Amino acid sequence: MTWLRDHFGEVLSLTVQHIYLAGLPLILGLLIALPLGWLARRYRGLYPVLIIGTGLLYTIPSLALFIMLPLLLGNGVLNPINVLVAMTIYTVALLVRTVADGLGAVPDAVNQSATAMGYKRGRRFVSVELPLAVPVISAGLRVAAVSNVSIVSVAALIGVQQLGSLFTDGFSRAFVDPILVGVVACVLLALLFDGVILGVTFLATPWLRAGKAPG
Amino acid sequence: MINKIFAWLTDGAHWQGYDGITRRLLEHLAYSVTALVIAAVIAIPLGLYIGHTGRGRFLVVNTVGAARAIPSLGLLFLAFFWLGPRLSGDIAFLAPAGLVLVVLAIPPILSGAYAGVEGVDPEARDAAKGMGMRGPQVLAHVEFPCALPLIMSGIRSGMLQVIATATIAAVLGLGGLGRFLIDGLATQDFPQTASGAILVAVLALVVDLALALVQRSVVSRGLTGRYGTVQTFDAGTGARRTTGGLGEQSGLELVRACPLVTDSTVGPQHAHSPGDGFRPLSFDGPAHVTERHTRSVDRSLCRRSVAPGALGLRPAWQTLLASA
Repeated sequence: MTWLRDHFGEVLSLTVQHIYLAGLPLILGLLIALPLGWLARRYRGLYPVLIIGTGLLYTIPSLALFIMLPLLLGNGVLNPINVLVAMTIYTVALLVRTVADGLGAVPDAVNQSATAMGYKRGRRFVSVELPLAVPVISAGLRVAAVSNVSIVSVAALIGVQQLGSLFTDGFSRAFVDPILVGVVACVLLALLFDGVILGVTFLATPWLRAGKAPG
Repeated sequence: MINKIFAWLTDGAHWQGYDGITRRLLEHLAYSVTALVIAAVIAIPLGLYIGHTGRGRFLVVNTVGAARAIPSLGLLFLAFFWLGPRLSGDIAFLAPAGLVLVVLAIPPILSGAYAGVEGVDPEARDAAKGMGMRGPQVLAHVEFPCALPLIMSGIRSGMLQVIATATIAAVLGLGGLGRFLIDGLATQDFPQTASGAILVAVLALVVDLALALVQRSVVSRGLTGRYGTVQTFDAGTGARRTTGGLGEQSGLELVRACPLVTDSTVGPQHAHSPGDGFRPLSFDGPAHVTERHTRSVDRSLCRRSVAPGALGLRPAWQTLLASA
Protein backbone atom coordinates (compact mmCIF):
# COMPACT_ATOMS: atom_id res chain seq x y z
CA MET A 1 0.00 0.00 0.00
CA THR A 2 2.99 2.29 0.41
CA TRP A 3 3.37 2.04 -3.35
CA LEU A 4 -0.10 3.46 -3.86
CA ARG A 5 0.61 6.32 -1.41
CA ASP A 6 3.80 7.24 -3.23
CA HIS A 7 2.27 7.06 -6.68
CA PHE A 8 -1.21 8.34 -5.96
CA GLY A 9 -0.96 11.27 -8.35
CA GLU A 10 0.19 9.03 -11.16
CA VAL A 11 -2.60 6.52 -10.56
CA LEU A 12 -5.12 9.35 -10.48
CA SER A 13 -4.04 10.77 -13.83
CA LEU A 14 -4.06 7.28 -15.36
CA THR A 15 -7.59 6.82 -13.97
CA VAL A 16 -8.74 10.07 -15.56
CA GLN A 17 -7.24 8.95 -18.87
CA HIS A 18 -8.98 5.57 -18.47
CA ILE A 19 -12.35 7.26 -17.83
CA TYR A 20 -11.87 9.32 -21.01
CA LEU A 21 -10.85 6.34 -23.15
CA ALA A 22 -13.63 4.04 -21.88
CA GLY A 23 -16.39 6.60 -21.25
CA LEU A 24 -16.42 8.80 -24.36
CA PRO A 25 -16.81 5.75 -26.69
CA LEU A 26 -19.89 4.73 -24.67
CA ILE A 27 -21.59 8.00 -25.60
CA LEU A 28 -20.35 7.95 -29.20
CA GLY A 29 -21.28 4.29 -29.57
CA LEU A 30 -24.78 4.91 -28.22
CA LEU A 31 -25.26 7.82 -30.64
CA ILE A 32 -24.26 5.57 -33.56
CA ALA A 33 -26.20 2.53 -32.34
CA LEU A 34 -29.51 4.39 -31.92
CA PRO A 35 -30.11 5.10 -35.64
CA LEU A 36 -28.71 1.68 -36.60
CA GLY A 37 -31.00 -0.07 -34.12
CA TRP A 38 -33.92 1.97 -35.40
CA LEU A 39 -33.09 1.01 -38.98
CA ALA A 40 -32.88 -2.67 -37.99
CA ARG A 41 -36.35 -2.40 -36.47
CA ARG A 42 -37.89 -0.30 -39.22
CA TYR A 43 -36.70 -2.39 -42.16
CA ARG A 44 -37.00 -6.05 -41.24
CA GLY A 45 -34.66 -7.11 -44.03
CA LEU A 46 -31.87 -5.08 -42.47
CA TYR A 47 -32.23 -6.69 -39.03
CA PRO A 48 -30.14 -9.84 -39.63
CA VAL A 49 -27.63 -7.88 -41.73
CA LEU A 50 -27.07 -5.25 -39.06
CA ILE A 51 -27.15 -7.63 -36.10
CA ILE A 52 -24.77 -10.18 -37.64
CA GLY A 53 -22.59 -7.48 -39.16
CA THR A 54 -22.09 -5.59 -35.90
CA GLY A 55 -21.80 -8.88 -34.01
CA LEU A 56 -18.87 -9.76 -36.28
CA LEU A 57 -17.05 -6.63 -35.15
CA TYR A 58 -17.02 -8.00 -31.62
CA THR A 59 -15.04 -11.07 -32.67
CA ILE A 60 -12.04 -8.93 -33.65
CA PRO A 61 -9.55 -9.29 -30.79
CA SER A 62 -8.99 -5.95 -29.08
CA LEU A 63 -5.23 -6.27 -29.32
CA ALA A 64 -5.50 -6.72 -33.10
CA LEU A 65 -7.75 -3.69 -33.45
CA PHE A 66 -5.41 -1.54 -31.37
CA ILE A 67 -2.50 -2.54 -33.59
CA MET A 68 -4.26 -2.23 -36.93
CA LEU A 69 -6.28 0.97 -36.48
CA PRO A 70 -3.22 3.26 -36.43
CA LEU A 71 -2.26 1.88 -39.83
CA LEU A 72 -5.78 2.07 -41.23
CA LEU A 73 -6.39 5.59 -39.90
CA GLY A 74 -2.87 6.82 -40.59
CA ASN A 75 -2.32 7.90 -36.98
CA GLY A 76 0.68 7.30 -34.79
CA VAL A 77 0.48 4.13 -32.70
CA LEU A 78 0.40 6.15 -29.47
CA ASN A 79 -2.46 8.38 -30.60
CA PRO A 80 -5.40 7.83 -28.19
CA ILE A 81 -7.82 8.43 -31.09
CA ASN A 82 -7.15 4.83 -32.17
CA VAL A 83 -8.30 3.51 -28.81
CA LEU A 84 -11.37 5.76 -28.88
CA VAL A 85 -12.31 4.46 -32.34
CA ALA A 86 -11.72 0.84 -31.32
CA MET A 87 -13.81 1.18 -28.17
CA THR A 88 -16.59 2.92 -30.12
CA ILE A 89 -16.63 -0.02 -32.53
CA TYR A 90 -17.04 -2.47 -29.63
CA THR A 91 -19.74 -0.34 -28.04
CA VAL A 92 -21.69 -0.19 -31.31
CA ALA A 93 -21.24 -3.95 -31.73
CA LEU A 94 -22.89 -4.55 -28.35
CA LEU A 95 -25.56 -1.87 -28.53
CA VAL A 96 -27.16 -2.20 -31.98
CA ARG A 97 -28.86 -5.42 -30.99
CA THR A 98 -29.91 -4.01 -27.62
CA VAL A 99 -31.41 -0.88 -29.18
CA ALA A 100 -33.25 -2.92 -31.82
CA ASP A 101 -34.60 -5.33 -29.19
CA GLY A 102 -35.49 -2.49 -26.84
CA LEU A 103 -37.47 -0.71 -29.54
CA GLY A 104 -39.07 -4.02 -30.49
CA ALA A 105 -40.25 -4.51 -26.92
CA VAL A 106 -42.42 -1.39 -27.05
CA PRO A 107 -46.00 -2.69 -27.13
CA ASP A 108 -47.76 -2.27 -30.46
CA ALA A 109 -50.80 -0.81 -28.74
CA VAL A 110 -48.66 2.03 -27.37
CA ASN A 111 -47.29 2.84 -30.81
CA GLN A 112 -50.76 2.73 -32.32
CA SER A 113 -52.11 5.01 -29.59
CA ALA A 114 -49.31 7.48 -30.26
CA THR A 115 -50.07 7.38 -33.98
CA ALA A 116 -53.75 7.88 -33.27
CA MET A 117 -52.88 10.91 -31.15
CA GLY A 118 -51.24 12.45 -34.18
CA TYR A 119 -47.58 11.62 -33.54
CA LYS A 120 -45.59 11.46 -36.76
CA ARG A 121 -42.94 8.76 -37.04
CA GLY A 122 -40.01 10.94 -35.99
CA ARG A 123 -41.68 12.46 -32.96
CA ARG A 124 -43.16 9.12 -31.94
CA PHE A 125 -39.66 7.65 -31.97
CA VAL A 126 -38.17 10.40 -29.82
CA SER A 127 -40.96 10.89 -27.32
CA VAL A 128 -42.62 7.46 -27.12
CA GLU A 129 -40.51 4.55 -28.36
CA LEU A 130 -37.11 5.71 -27.18
CA PRO A 131 -38.14 6.52 -23.58
CA LEU A 132 -39.93 3.19 -23.29
CA ALA A 133 -36.85 1.37 -24.59
CA VAL A 134 -34.58 3.02 -22.01
CA PRO A 135 -34.53 0.11 -19.50
CA VAL A 136 -33.42 -2.38 -22.16
CA ILE A 137 -30.89 0.00 -23.72
CA SER A 138 -29.54 0.82 -20.27
CA ALA A 139 -29.00 -2.88 -19.54
CA GLY A 140 -26.96 -3.17 -22.74
CA LEU A 141 -25.06 0.00 -21.93
CA ARG A 142 -24.08 -1.39 -18.53
CA VAL A 143 -22.57 -4.49 -20.15
CA ALA A 144 -20.76 -2.30 -22.69
CA ALA A 145 -19.46 0.00 -19.95
CA VAL A 146 -18.02 -2.83 -17.87
CA SER A 147 -16.46 -4.53 -20.89
CA ASN A 148 -15.03 -1.22 -22.16
CA VAL A 149 -13.26 -0.56 -18.87
CA SER A 150 -11.68 -4.01 -19.09
CA ILE A 151 -10.78 -3.88 -22.80
CA VAL A 152 -9.19 -0.42 -22.67
CA SER A 153 -6.52 -1.78 -20.35
CA VAL A 154 -5.25 -4.01 -23.18
CA ALA A 155 -4.20 -0.83 -25.02
CA ALA A 156 -1.28 -0.67 -22.57
CA LEU A 157 0.40 -3.33 -24.72
CA ILE A 158 0.75 -0.81 -27.55
CA GLY A 159 1.82 1.92 -25.13
CA VAL A 160 -1.29 4.08 -24.75
CA GLN A 161 -1.30 5.38 -21.16
CA GLN A 162 -4.19 4.41 -18.87
CA LEU A 163 -4.69 2.08 -15.89
CA GLY A 164 -3.52 -0.86 -18.01
CA SER A 165 -0.08 0.75 -18.05
CA LEU A 166 0.18 -0.30 -14.41
CA PHE A 167 -0.15 -3.93 -15.55
CA THR A 168 2.61 -3.78 -18.14
CA ASP A 169 4.76 -1.68 -15.82
CA GLY A 170 4.38 -4.18 -12.97
CA PHE A 171 4.89 -7.13 -15.31
CA SER A 172 8.11 -5.82 -16.79
CA ARG A 173 9.52 -5.10 -13.32
CA ALA A 174 8.08 -8.29 -11.76
CA PHE A 175 6.38 -6.09 -9.16
CA VAL A 176 2.86 -7.05 -8.08
CA ASP A 177 1.73 -3.84 -6.32
CA PRO A 178 0.97 -1.71 -9.41
CA ILE A 179 -0.86 -4.63 -11.04
CA LEU A 180 -3.02 -5.12 -7.97
CA VAL A 181 -3.75 -1.40 -7.73
CA GLY A 182 -4.61 -1.33 -11.44
CA VAL A 183 -7.01 -4.28 -11.19
CA VAL A 184 -8.77 -2.80 -8.16
CA ALA A 185 -8.96 0.63 -9.81
CA CYS A 186 -10.47 -0.93 -12.96
CA VAL A 187 -13.11 -2.79 -10.97
CA LEU A 188 -13.97 0.37 -9.00
CA LEU A 189 -14.16 2.34 -12.24
CA ALA A 190 -16.52 -0.26 -13.72
CA LEU A 191 -18.70 0.05 -10.61
CA LEU A 192 -18.65 3.84 -10.98
CA PHE A 193 -19.75 3.64 -14.63
CA ASP A 194 -22.44 1.16 -13.64
CA GLY A 195 -23.68 3.50 -10.92
CA VAL A 196 -23.78 6.49 -13.26
CA ILE A 197 -25.76 4.55 -15.88
CA LEU A 198 -28.16 3.27 -13.21
CA GLY A 199 -28.62 6.84 -11.93
CA VAL A 200 -29.32 8.26 -15.38
CA THR A 201 -31.74 5.40 -16.07
CA PHE A 202 -33.50 6.09 -12.78
CA LEU A 203 -33.96 9.75 -13.74
CA ALA A 204 -35.04 8.88 -17.28
CA THR A 205 -37.73 6.39 -16.28
CA PRO A 206 -40.03 8.13 -13.79
CA TRP A 207 -42.91 6.05 -15.15
CA LEU A 208 -41.32 2.88 -13.81
CA ARG A 209 -41.82 3.93 -10.22
CA ALA A 210 -45.11 5.78 -10.61
CA GLY A 211 -47.49 3.94 -8.35
CA LYS A 212 -51.17 3.63 -8.96
CA ALA A 213 -52.99 6.90 -8.72
CA PRO A 214 -54.62 7.31 -5.30
CA GLY A 215 -58.34 6.74 -5.07
CA MET B 1 -2.23 -3.52 -48.24
CA ILE B 2 -4.91 -6.16 -48.74
CA ASN B 3 -2.68 -7.85 -51.31
CA LYS B 4 0.11 -8.11 -48.76
CA ILE B 5 -2.21 -9.67 -46.17
CA PHE B 6 -3.54 -12.06 -48.79
CA ALA B 7 -0.01 -12.95 -49.83
CA TRP B 8 0.98 -13.57 -46.19
CA LEU B 9 -2.03 -15.80 -45.57
CA THR B 10 -1.64 -17.81 -48.77
CA ASP B 11 2.09 -18.35 -48.42
CA GLY B 12 2.38 -22.08 -47.82
CA ALA B 13 5.51 -21.62 -45.71
CA HIS B 14 3.52 -19.63 -43.14
CA TRP B 15 1.22 -22.59 -42.54
CA GLN B 16 3.83 -25.16 -41.65
CA GLY B 17 6.34 -25.83 -38.94
CA TYR B 18 6.70 -25.00 -35.27
CA ASP B 19 5.38 -21.44 -35.59
CA GLY B 20 3.13 -22.10 -38.56
CA ILE B 21 -0.51 -21.09 -38.77
CA THR B 22 -1.81 -24.66 -38.49
CA ARG B 23 -0.03 -25.26 -35.20
CA ARG B 24 -1.02 -21.84 -33.79
CA LEU B 25 -4.65 -22.40 -34.77
CA LEU B 26 -4.72 -25.75 -32.99
CA GLU B 27 -3.04 -24.26 -29.92
CA HIS B 28 -5.55 -21.42 -29.86
CA LEU B 29 -8.43 -23.85 -30.19
CA ALA B 30 -6.99 -26.09 -27.46
CA TYR B 31 -6.62 -23.20 -24.97
CA SER B 32 -10.09 -21.90 -25.73
CA VAL B 33 -11.95 -25.21 -25.63
CA THR B 34 -10.17 -26.36 -22.44
CA ALA B 35 -11.03 -23.10 -20.68
CA LEU B 36 -14.62 -23.23 -21.89
CA VAL B 37 -15.12 -26.83 -20.76
CA ILE B 38 -13.74 -26.05 -17.29
CA ALA B 39 -15.94 -22.95 -17.08
CA ALA B 40 -19.00 -24.92 -18.19
CA VAL B 41 -18.36 -27.70 -15.67
CA ILE B 42 -18.32 -25.09 -12.91
CA ALA B 43 -21.00 -22.71 -14.15
CA ILE B 44 -23.76 -24.94 -15.54
CA PRO B 45 -24.42 -27.04 -12.39
CA LEU B 46 -24.16 -23.92 -10.25
CA GLY B 47 -26.54 -22.00 -12.50
CA LEU B 48 -29.01 -24.90 -12.61
CA TYR B 49 -28.90 -25.22 -8.82
CA ILE B 50 -29.48 -21.51 -8.28
CA GLY B 51 -32.21 -21.30 -10.88
CA HIS B 52 -33.93 -24.40 -9.49
CA THR B 53 -33.76 -23.52 -5.80
CA GLY B 54 -33.63 -19.73 -6.01
CA ARG B 55 -30.85 -19.83 -3.40
CA GLY B 56 -27.83 -17.59 -3.73
CA ARG B 57 -29.38 -15.52 -6.48
CA PHE B 58 -28.19 -12.22 -5.07
CA LEU B 59 -24.67 -13.56 -4.60
CA VAL B 60 -24.46 -14.79 -8.18
CA VAL B 61 -25.83 -11.66 -9.83
CA ASN B 62 -23.24 -9.55 -8.04
CA THR B 63 -20.32 -11.94 -8.45
CA VAL B 64 -21.04 -12.20 -12.15
CA GLY B 65 -21.07 -8.42 -12.49
CA ALA B 66 -17.81 -8.06 -10.58
CA ALA B 67 -16.12 -10.87 -12.53
CA ARG B 68 -17.00 -9.10 -15.78
CA ALA B 69 -15.28 -5.96 -14.52
CA ILE B 70 -11.93 -7.64 -13.82
CA PRO B 71 -9.52 -6.62 -16.58
CA SER B 72 -8.18 -9.77 -18.24
CA LEU B 73 -4.69 -8.40 -18.79
CA GLY B 74 -4.28 -7.41 -15.13
CA LEU B 75 -5.63 -10.74 -13.92
CA LEU B 76 -3.27 -12.55 -16.29
CA PHE B 77 -0.22 -10.82 -14.80
CA LEU B 78 -1.47 -11.21 -11.22
CA ALA B 79 -2.11 -14.91 -11.78
CA PHE B 80 1.29 -15.26 -13.40
CA PHE B 81 3.12 -13.82 -10.39
CA TRP B 82 0.94 -15.72 -7.96
CA LEU B 83 0.83 -19.14 -9.67
CA GLY B 84 4.05 -18.98 -11.68
CA PRO B 85 6.53 -19.53 -8.83
CA ARG B 86 4.38 -22.36 -7.42
CA LEU B 87 4.38 -24.33 -10.66
CA SER B 88 7.05 -25.49 -13.02
CA GLY B 89 7.51 -25.96 -16.73
CA ASP B 90 4.85 -24.97 -19.23
CA ILE B 91 2.14 -25.21 -16.59
CA ALA B 92 3.55 -22.08 -14.93
CA PHE B 93 2.46 -20.18 -18.02
CA LEU B 94 -0.57 -22.24 -19.04
CA ALA B 95 -2.30 -22.12 -15.65
CA PRO B 96 -2.47 -18.29 -15.39
CA ALA B 97 -3.73 -17.96 -18.96
CA GLY B 98 -6.25 -20.73 -18.37
CA LEU B 99 -7.45 -19.10 -15.16
CA VAL B 100 -8.06 -15.80 -16.95
CA LEU B 101 -10.04 -17.47 -19.72
CA VAL B 102 -12.10 -19.54 -17.25
CA VAL B 103 -12.92 -16.41 -15.22
CA LEU B 104 -13.93 -14.74 -18.47
CA ALA B 105 -16.20 -17.58 -19.59
CA ILE B 106 -17.98 -18.26 -16.29
CA PRO B 107 -20.20 -15.12 -16.12
CA PRO B 108 -22.05 -15.58 -19.42
CA ILE B 109 -22.54 -19.34 -18.93
CA LEU B 110 -23.61 -18.97 -15.30
CA SER B 111 -26.12 -16.23 -16.02
CA GLY B 112 -27.43 -18.16 -19.04
CA ALA B 113 -27.98 -21.32 -16.99
CA TYR B 114 -29.53 -19.48 -14.08
CA ALA B 115 -31.75 -17.22 -16.18
CA GLY B 116 -32.74 -20.17 -18.35
CA VAL B 117 -34.01 -22.24 -15.43
CA GLU B 118 -35.59 -19.28 -13.72
CA GLY B 119 -37.41 -18.31 -16.89
CA VAL B 120 -39.08 -21.68 -17.39
CA ASP B 121 -42.83 -21.30 -17.67
CA PRO B 122 -44.16 -21.97 -14.15
CA GLU B 123 -47.07 -23.82 -15.70
CA ALA B 124 -44.74 -26.35 -17.29
CA ARG B 125 -43.03 -26.80 -13.93
CA ASP B 126 -46.36 -27.22 -12.17
CA ALA B 127 -47.53 -29.68 -14.77
CA ALA B 128 -44.40 -31.76 -14.25
CA LYS B 129 -44.95 -31.77 -10.49
CA GLY B 130 -48.57 -32.62 -11.02
CA MET B 131 -47.49 -35.66 -12.99
CA GLY B 132 -45.54 -36.85 -9.99
CA MET B 133 -42.03 -35.75 -10.91
CA ARG B 134 -39.71 -35.00 -8.01
CA GLY B 135 -37.46 -31.95 -7.83
CA PRO B 136 -34.44 -33.48 -9.53
CA GLN B 137 -36.64 -35.02 -12.21
CA VAL B 138 -38.31 -31.68 -12.88
CA LEU B 139 -34.85 -30.17 -13.21
CA ALA B 140 -33.56 -32.90 -15.49
CA HIS B 141 -36.59 -33.46 -17.69
CA VAL B 142 -38.31 -30.08 -17.81
CA GLU B 143 -36.20 -27.20 -16.55
CA PHE B 144 -32.90 -28.24 -18.12
CA PRO B 145 -34.32 -28.88 -21.61
CA CYS B 146 -36.31 -25.66 -21.41
CA ALA B 147 -33.22 -23.74 -20.29
CA LEU B 148 -31.01 -25.17 -23.03
CA PRO B 149 -31.44 -22.30 -25.51
CA LEU B 150 -30.22 -19.78 -22.92
CA ILE B 151 -27.48 -22.11 -21.66
CA MET B 152 -26.26 -22.54 -25.23
CA SER B 153 -26.33 -18.82 -25.91
CA GLY B 154 -24.30 -18.30 -22.72
CA ILE B 155 -21.79 -20.88 -23.92
CA ARG B 156 -21.59 -19.28 -27.35
CA SER B 157 -21.03 -15.79 -26.03
CA GLY B 158 -18.46 -17.13 -23.55
CA MET B 159 -16.68 -18.95 -26.36
CA LEU B 160 -16.52 -15.81 -28.52
CA GLN B 161 -14.96 -13.83 -25.68
CA VAL B 162 -12.53 -16.61 -24.82
CA ILE B 163 -11.33 -16.98 -28.41
CA ALA B 164 -10.82 -13.24 -28.77
CA THR B 165 -9.05 -12.96 -25.41
CA ALA B 166 -6.89 -16.08 -25.74
CA THR B 167 -4.68 -13.86 -27.91
CA ILE B 168 -3.22 -12.23 -24.80
CA ALA B 169 -1.78 -15.60 -23.72
CA ALA B 170 0.98 -14.75 -26.19
CA VAL B 171 2.06 -11.91 -23.91
CA LEU B 172 3.33 -14.57 -21.47
CA GLY B 173 5.21 -16.23 -24.30
CA LEU B 174 2.58 -18.90 -24.91
CA GLY B 175 1.44 -19.95 -28.37
CA GLY B 176 -1.90 -19.48 -30.05
CA LEU B 177 -2.85 -16.98 -32.73
CA GLY B 178 -1.88 -14.13 -30.42
CA ARG B 179 1.74 -14.91 -31.36
CA PHE B 180 1.15 -13.38 -34.81
CA LEU B 181 -0.24 -10.22 -33.18
CA ILE B 182 2.53 -9.83 -30.60
CA ASP B 183 5.36 -10.83 -32.92
CA GLY B 184 3.94 -8.73 -35.75
CA LEU B 185 3.76 -5.75 -33.41
CA ALA B 186 7.32 -6.29 -32.21
CA THR B 187 8.74 -6.54 -35.73
CA GLN B 188 6.40 -3.94 -37.29
CA ASP B 189 5.17 -6.66 -39.62
CA PHE B 190 1.70 -5.39 -40.45
CA PRO B 191 0.58 -8.20 -42.80
CA GLN B 192 1.40 -10.74 -40.08
CA THR B 193 -0.60 -8.82 -37.45
CA ALA B 194 -3.57 -8.35 -39.75
CA SER B 195 -3.49 -12.00 -40.77
CA GLY B 196 -3.45 -13.01 -37.11
CA ALA B 197 -6.49 -10.82 -36.46
CA ILE B 198 -8.33 -12.25 -39.45
CA LEU B 199 -7.52 -15.81 -38.36
CA VAL B 200 -8.87 -15.16 -34.85
CA ALA B 201 -12.07 -13.67 -36.23
CA VAL B 202 -12.54 -16.57 -38.66
CA LEU B 203 -11.86 -19.11 -35.92
CA ALA B 204 -14.42 -17.39 -33.68
CA LEU B 205 -17.01 -17.48 -36.45
CA VAL B 206 -16.40 -21.10 -37.37
CA VAL B 207 -16.59 -22.23 -33.73
CA ASP B 208 -19.75 -20.18 -33.21
CA LEU B 209 -21.29 -21.80 -36.27
CA ALA B 210 -20.36 -25.24 -34.94
CA LEU B 211 -21.94 -24.39 -31.58
CA ALA B 212 -25.03 -23.11 -33.39
CA LEU B 213 -25.33 -26.52 -35.03
CA VAL B 214 -24.90 -28.22 -31.64
CA GLN B 215 -27.61 -25.94 -30.25
CA ARG B 216 -29.90 -26.84 -33.14
CA SER B 217 -29.48 -30.51 -32.43
CA VAL B 218 -29.81 -30.44 -28.65
CA VAL B 219 -32.59 -27.90 -28.15
CA SER B 220 -36.03 -29.43 -28.20
CA ARG B 221 -38.08 -28.60 -31.24
CA GLY B 222 -40.93 -27.98 -28.85
CA LEU B 223 -39.09 -24.82 -27.82
CA THR B 224 -37.93 -23.59 -31.17
CA GLY B 225 -41.14 -24.34 -33.02
CA ARG B 226 -38.98 -25.86 -35.71
CA TYR B 227 -40.43 -29.18 -36.71
CA GLY B 228 -38.47 -31.21 -39.17
CA THR B 229 -39.65 -34.51 -37.81
CA VAL B 230 -41.44 -35.20 -34.59
CA GLN B 231 -41.05 -38.21 -32.38
CA THR B 232 -44.43 -39.16 -31.08
CA PHE B 233 -45.39 -41.65 -28.51
CA ASP B 234 -48.67 -43.42 -28.61
CA ALA B 235 -49.68 -44.42 -25.12
CA GLY B 236 -52.26 -46.84 -26.46
CA THR B 237 -49.88 -48.99 -28.45
CA GLY B 238 -46.64 -47.96 -26.81
CA ALA B 239 -45.24 -47.27 -30.24
CA ARG B 240 -42.87 -44.48 -31.04
CA ARG B 241 -43.27 -42.89 -34.40
CA THR B 242 -41.34 -40.33 -36.33
CA THR B 243 -43.62 -38.21 -38.42
CA GLY B 244 -43.36 -35.17 -40.61
CA GLY B 245 -43.38 -31.65 -39.22
CA LEU B 246 -46.11 -29.85 -37.41
CA GLY B 247 -47.36 -26.48 -38.51
CA GLU B 248 -45.74 -23.43 -37.02
CA GLN B 249 -48.87 -22.39 -35.22
CA SER B 250 -49.12 -25.47 -33.09
CA GLY B 251 -45.37 -25.35 -32.62
CA LEU B 252 -45.77 -22.02 -30.87
CA GLU B 253 -48.53 -23.39 -28.72
CA LEU B 254 -46.41 -26.37 -27.83
CA VAL B 255 -43.73 -24.06 -26.51
CA ARG B 256 -46.03 -23.55 -23.59
CA ALA B 257 -46.29 -27.21 -22.94
CA CYS B 258 -42.58 -27.57 -23.40
CA PRO B 259 -40.70 -30.84 -23.79
CA LEU B 260 -43.27 -32.49 -21.57
CA VAL B 261 -45.25 -33.07 -24.67
CA THR B 262 -42.75 -33.17 -27.45
CA ASP B 263 -39.42 -34.24 -26.10
CA SER B 264 -38.69 -37.91 -26.27
CA THR B 265 -36.40 -37.60 -23.22
CA VAL B 266 -39.52 -37.74 -21.10
CA GLY B 267 -40.20 -41.41 -21.16
CA PRO B 268 -43.53 -43.07 -20.64
CA GLN B 269 -42.68 -43.84 -17.02
CA HIS B 270 -42.85 -40.13 -16.19
CA ALA B 271 -45.22 -38.47 -18.50
CA HIS B 272 -47.60 -40.99 -19.86
CA SER B 273 -48.33 -43.97 -17.75
CA PRO B 274 -50.68 -46.26 -19.64
CA GLY B 275 -54.28 -45.67 -18.90
CA ASP B 276 -54.00 -42.10 -17.68
CA GLY B 277 -55.67 -40.99 -20.82
CA PHE B 278 -52.92 -38.61 -21.79
CA ARG B 279 -51.82 -39.22 -25.32
CA PRO B 280 -49.63 -36.44 -26.47
CA LEU B 281 -49.36 -35.86 -30.16
CA SER B 282 -51.03 -39.07 -31.14
CA PHE B 283 -51.12 -38.68 -34.85
CA ASP B 284 -54.41 -39.52 -36.46
CA GLY B 285 -53.24 -38.98 -39.96
CA PRO B 286 -51.02 -41.26 -41.96
CA ALA B 287 -47.43 -41.40 -40.80
CA HIS B 288 -46.09 -40.35 -44.16
CA VAL B 289 -47.67 -36.90 -44.00
CA THR B 290 -44.97 -34.43 -44.87
CA GLU B 291 -44.32 -30.92 -43.73
CA ARG B 292 -46.06 -29.56 -46.81
CA HIS B 293 -49.35 -31.10 -45.71
CA THR B 294 -49.29 -30.47 -42.03
CA ARG B 295 -50.81 -27.03 -41.86
CA SER B 296 -54.12 -28.47 -42.91
CA VAL B 297 -54.02 -31.35 -40.45
CA ASP B 298 -52.75 -29.44 -37.43
CA ARG B 299 -55.89 -29.84 -35.45
CA SER B 300 -56.19 -33.54 -35.93
CA LEU B 301 -53.06 -33.78 -33.85
CA CYS B 302 -54.86 -32.50 -30.84
CA ARG B 303 -58.05 -34.44 -31.16
CA ARG B 304 -57.14 -37.25 -28.85
CA SER B 305 -55.32 -35.24 -26.23
CA VAL B 306 -57.24 -35.17 -23.01
CA ALA B 307 -57.70 -32.78 -20.13
CA PRO B 308 -55.57 -29.81 -21.12
CA GLY B 309 -56.61 -28.04 -17.94
CA ALA B 310 -55.11 -30.78 -15.82
CA LEU B 311 -51.85 -30.22 -17.65
CA GLY B 312 -51.92 -26.56 -16.80
CA LEU B 313 -51.89 -25.59 -20.44
CA ARG B 314 -52.47 -22.06 -21.58
CA PRO B 315 -55.97 -20.88 -22.52
CA ALA B 316 -54.89 -20.49 -26.15
CA TRP B 317 -54.03 -24.18 -26.24
CA GLN B 318 -57.34 -25.08 -24.63
CA THR B 319 -59.19 -23.00 -27.21
CA LEU B 320 -57.32 -24.79 -29.91
CA LEU B 321 -58.34 -28.13 -28.46
CA ALA B 322 -61.94 -27.09 -28.00
CA SER B 323 -62.27 -25.94 -31.58
CA ALA B 324 -60.65 -29.05 -32.98
